Amino acid sequence: MERGAQDGSRMSSEVRLSVEQVSYAYSPNPSQAPIFTLEATSFQVKPGEIVAVLGPNASGKSTVLKLIAGALEPLSGRILLNGMETYLMGPRLRAQNIAMVQQESQLLFPAKVWEFVLQGRHPYGKSLRFETEDDVAIAKKALGDVGAHHLMDRLMDQISGGEKQRVILARALAQQPMMLLLDEPTLHLDIGAQVDFLHTLKKLTLKQKYAVVIVTHELNLAAEYADQVALMQKGKCLRVGTPANVYQRDLLEQVFQTQLMVEQRVNGRPRVSVLEKVE
Amino acid sequence: MQPLTLGKVAVRCGILAVILFVVVVIALKFGAVPVSLYGLGKDLIRVLIGRSSQISSEYGMIIREIRLPRIALGIFVGASLSVAGTSFQALLRNPLADPYVLGVSYGAAVGSILALVIEPHVALRPEIAAVFTPIGGFIGATFTIATVYLLGRYHGDIDSKTLLLSGVIVGSFFSAMILLLITMLPSSSTRGVVYWLMGDLSTPIPPILGWVLRVGFFAGFALIYLTASDLNLLLAGEKEAMHLGVDVKKVRLVVYLSASLLTGLAVSVSGSIGYVGLIVPHLMRMIFGTDYRMLLPAAAFGGAIAVVIADTMARTIAAPSELGVGAVTAMAGAPLFIYLLRRRLA
Repeated sequence: MERGAQDGSRMSSEVRLSVEQVSYAYSPNPSQAPIFTLEATSFQVKPGEIVAVLGPNASGKSTVLKLIAGALEPLSGRILLNGMETYLMGPRLRAQNIAMVQQESQLLFPAKVWEFVLQGRHPYGKSLRFETEDDVAIAKKALGDVGAHHLMDRLMDQISGGEKQRVILARALAQQPMMLLLDEPTLHLDIGAQVDFLHTLKKLTLKQKYAVVIVTHELNLAAEYADQVALMQKGKCLRVGTPANVYQRDLLEQVFQTQLMVEQRVNGRPRVSVLEKVE
Repeated sequence: MQPLTLGKVAVRCGILAVILFVVVVIALKFGAVPVSLYGLGKDLIRVLIGRSSQISSEYGMIIREIRLPRIALGIFVGASLSVAGTSFQALLRNPLADPYVLGVSYGAAVGSILALVIEPHVALRPEIAAVFTPIGGFIGATFTIATVYLLGRYHGDIDSKTLLLSGVIVGSFFSAMILLLITMLPSSSTRGVVYWLMGDLSTPIPPILGWVLRVGFFAGFALIYLTASDLNLLLAGEKEAMHLGVDVKKVRLVVYLSASLLTGLAVSVSGSIGYVGLIVPHLMRMIFGTDYRMLLPAAAFGGAIAVVIADTMARTIAAPSELGVGAVTAMAGAPLFIYLLRRRLA
């Protein structure tokens, strides 16, 4: 116990997010047995690092993300962001430190791109505040950082899917967070837009030293852009490590229930391809 | 990128206030006794600066005692209903939400009627008796919107069509309750069925109730307005709002109670005037955009203007008979509702 605490303090200068033996159980009503459980999961994220959470549907990827975001209370264990437990932060403090990029709900009324990005400044205001010049400058810079400056005056429902994801990322950057969480950010994008998006994310992560956790189904893009991957299956975190370490053929085949081929590329990152299904 | 500033909000509200003033002057002119517009404007300013004694005596009484109180009532009822509708729209993420459409007005009417019935049987000091009906309306509104909200939830999310249908059903139940109560009770104690079902501003209210209405309106409006930037984010969805630092539960509770208060107040003094909370916010959105920091005060002014105009029409269209003001708002509102619904489903 004591040793653990020492470890924690020694590493806190380097580790930004620490997921420590976190578990969770979901049941639709309290008297019933849980229909989904997340078993103790641990991993750490350093500043400037991208961790990809991978796994089939219903493996618990999104639950991990919600737990980190502080939207769910862990059943056991804890999640520390720079030493603070994310679930215990107030909503505003949390939004100043953690920004979430997710598939956007349909907007009820059309909003301009710049209005949307300015929403990222909300956690810094008191109730009923009007945006300052600083807020505007930060929002403009965020749009520039994701290469979407030219979209500023367009309406959110009149830009392409790829442009939209960039704008959503810009709103997250405008929160000036320590940590970015992304829930399948490339889901509806074509391959070019996917690579564009992740390239921008990687560049910004290194430059701004964000700690990034990304949930995705794209094994190859994760292998290319993530520093670490966490492989999940049925609420269990099976392995955490570099893509080259985690992408073992038998492991992936067992997790995804299909025949795969894993190659090591010259840059040291693995590549997965699907083999024809043998009946 | 030109974000909204407090200055912009103030200027636009100033313009709306001037329009409201002009509408009030015109509304004062219409009626059985002809009065000159110029004289009216001058007299109204005298009232505003507290020198109502200088008003010329021939028509001063009509202005002060009859037309002005009725217009003042219309102003606060219209502003309350419009702000309540604007708030429900954000709370329920539904542009068709309105106290009348959701049945909340009828719930408030039932609460008010019950309060009117109970009041003579409990010995109350006059100050408390004055707020008894509005409190009944508030409780009725709170209860109804809670019911509609729970019925409109489907798999943990609010489903737009289920919500509207729940509102219709709950509303029809409460309108039947209104009929039952009015039929059972002596007519002297409760006002008529038409008053509660369609809304009417012709019944004068005691001055103390006028004060309750004004104070209640400003309190409810202030509470909602403080959450205006949170409501902007709630419109994008509760999850998004939460991740952007909105205390969703707190905001929901504050807005829910305040909007119910506004509805309860308005209904307890004017019956169920429909569609004001639907038409006005929609028009204001077209003019000023969807930012709630601008939209809420604009809706308040717009609601006041709309109800004063509608009531003036109600007084004059079939003069010397009177139409309920709710009939006028419904004639304008129902077609707009259909238009919005079709466009939304398309």
